[in-house]
Amino acid sequence: MSTSYTVRDSATMLRRNLLHIRRYPSLSIMLIAQPILFLLLFVYVFGGTLGAGLPGRQGGGGRGDYLVFITPGILIMTVASVALGTAISTATDMTTGIIARFRTMNIARAAVLTGHVLGAVLKTGFAVVIVTGFAFLLGFRSEAGPLGWLGAIGLLVLIAFSLTWLTVGLGLAADSVETASNTPLFLVMLPFISSGFVPTDAMPAGLRQFAEYQPFTPMINSLRALVTGAQAGSDLWLAIGWCALIALLGYLWSRRLFLRVPAK
Amino acid sequence: MGGMTATDPAIEIVGLTKFYGDHAVLDGVDLTVPEGTVYALLGPNGAGKTTIVNILSTLLAPGEGEIRVAGFDVRREPAGVRAAIGVTGQFSAIDELLTGRENLRLMADLAHLDRAPRYRAGRHRAQNRATATAAVTVMLKRFDLVDAADRRVQTYSGGMKRRLDLAMTLIARPRVIFLDEPTTGLDPRSRRDLWAIVREQVADGVTVLLTTQYLDEADQLADRIGVLDGGRLVAEGTAAQLKRRVPGGHVSVRFTDAARLAAAAATHPGAASNAEALTLQLPHDGSIAGLRRVLDSLAAGGVGDDGIAGLTVGTADLDDVFLALTGRVSEAPASGVPATEAPVSRAPVSEGISA
Repeated sequence: MSTSYTVRDSATMLRRNLLHIRRYPSLSIMLIAQPILFLLLFVYVFGGTLGAGLPGRQGGGGRGDYLVFITPGILIMTVASVALGTAISTATDMTTGIIARFRTMNIARAAVLTGHVLGAVLKTGFAVVIVTGFAFLLGFRSEAGPLGWLGAIGLLVLIAFSLTWLTVGLGLAADSVETASNTPLFLVMLPFISSGFVPTDAMPAGLRQFAEYQPFTPMINSLRALVTGAQAGSDLWLAIGWCALIALLGYLWSRRLFLRVPAK
Repeated sequence: MGGMTATDPAIEIVGLTKFYGDHAVLDGVDLTVPEGTVYALLGPNGAGKTTIVNILSTLLAPGEGEIRVAGFDVRREPAGVRAAIGVTGQFSAIDELLTGRENLRLMADLAHLDRAPRYRAGRHRAQNRATATAAVTVMLKRFDLVDAADRRVQTYSGGMKRRLDLAMTLIARPRVIFLDEPTTGLDPRSRRDLWAIVREQVADGVTVLLTTQYLDEADQLADRIGVLDGGRLVAEGTAAQLKRRVPGGHVSVRFTDAARLAAAAATHPGAASNAEALTLQLPHDGSIAGLRRVLDSLAAGGVGDDGIAGLTVGTADLDDVFLALTGRVSEAPASGVPATEAPVSRAPVSEGISA
């Protein structure tokens, strides 16, 4: 199997997944609506109070400051939310007979999965643009330069890529579509126990350590630094490292599951 | 690197054994299918038919044995096998969210139709040069799907889905086709359409291995038939050869009362009788003379025409083949009633006569 066929077959599978998204938009809309609802909830319901507790400002900040603070966390949550959808669509795909057909065809073995991942990354990009636009609409302003935004886009793509390989694995490992829609929920919950919604300093000891060392914290910290024009520093390398690790393990796991003989 | 030469058989299986735990699903199967012929694997559910198809199509690893498809070893050269084969299974392998046209296009693209493949030769080459789009249009026409081409497959009927499924298999112009119970659940017309398509493929030099529970399907299509039972090939041959090993068929005679049934049963030991239905099932070669002999033998035993309420003539079916070849009744769902209880008639029934 030559490399050109791998690329070509993956492109064919990507086209298939984009058609699925177009034919079945309700899932995508739901997954994008969820982070937007959280954004509205946190800014307008909790934002006044939470903003006052933000450190580094005289007498705390306001609702506007809190919007700036949580936008990176909401963006990561958007990525996680779309990744959850990928687990569902992968699991759904595995229940159809066409996967068996693909396996009997002379196509690149991983193309089916690559198609899912590439489709999900594109969908994430779309979702992130909408959610970012929404944040701007609510009053989000940034001092980041083009380089900062470029870095933010790169980081988000990387996070989307790694989380998607993980959820493809979760989708393949699930014995039903229902399971696949539940197991990745931790990805949507984890950003809450990170630096995404409140500074980790405000948490009690055990929880704080967890929040500081879990992968979403360096991701959110570096994203926050990039979109506000600050220095990301070591957090960025830590985030990239986590992404590489999650992507690699997710890919190897998914590949193994996919090549496994269907238990029919 | 393998590959088929002019003299190689399209499918060659030597000593195929496959275990699931301690249970042998396939137990020493040997089978050869020459290029351009149809081979039918006949057997009930659980005989191992689908397992053989899954192994030949590289979905399942073989246990022991040498298996070559289109000259490629399924273990060592699965890519070569996959490039040569097409598979249509029992369950539709189509993308329900896409339209018929999009499904075919997907297959054409995955088969890299617009590139000249090196592994195909001869008469197919000109067709391969055609673009994927052209191939899709041809298949839509040929499988009578033009009107539904841009509708989502979810809205298709069962017969349409099966046609699309087969079109998706054939668009890549495979040299060896596996059809796993291709007509199960199809209406008689769709079944005949599918048979016609299979014959066209064979006329083009394609090799077909199909599995079926229906003797008449194997009879209609196959050059050779293998009877699979409990993972073993218990008989193999042409339809005519197999039928010679089967006691032709049967005639089921229904009597007017239990006394006459008992009298007839007494003179025909070995024939299966059904006290409830008042029937006796007797071997019959299918001829009129044979039928007359059956009636004469009953009359000689004291049961004349006035004691017979009716009779049904049945042709040899899978049950008969199984009974003859394995000495026991098959578990095919088509049969329903075990032969020891002597059903009044068993499908397919060629004619019914009432007194």
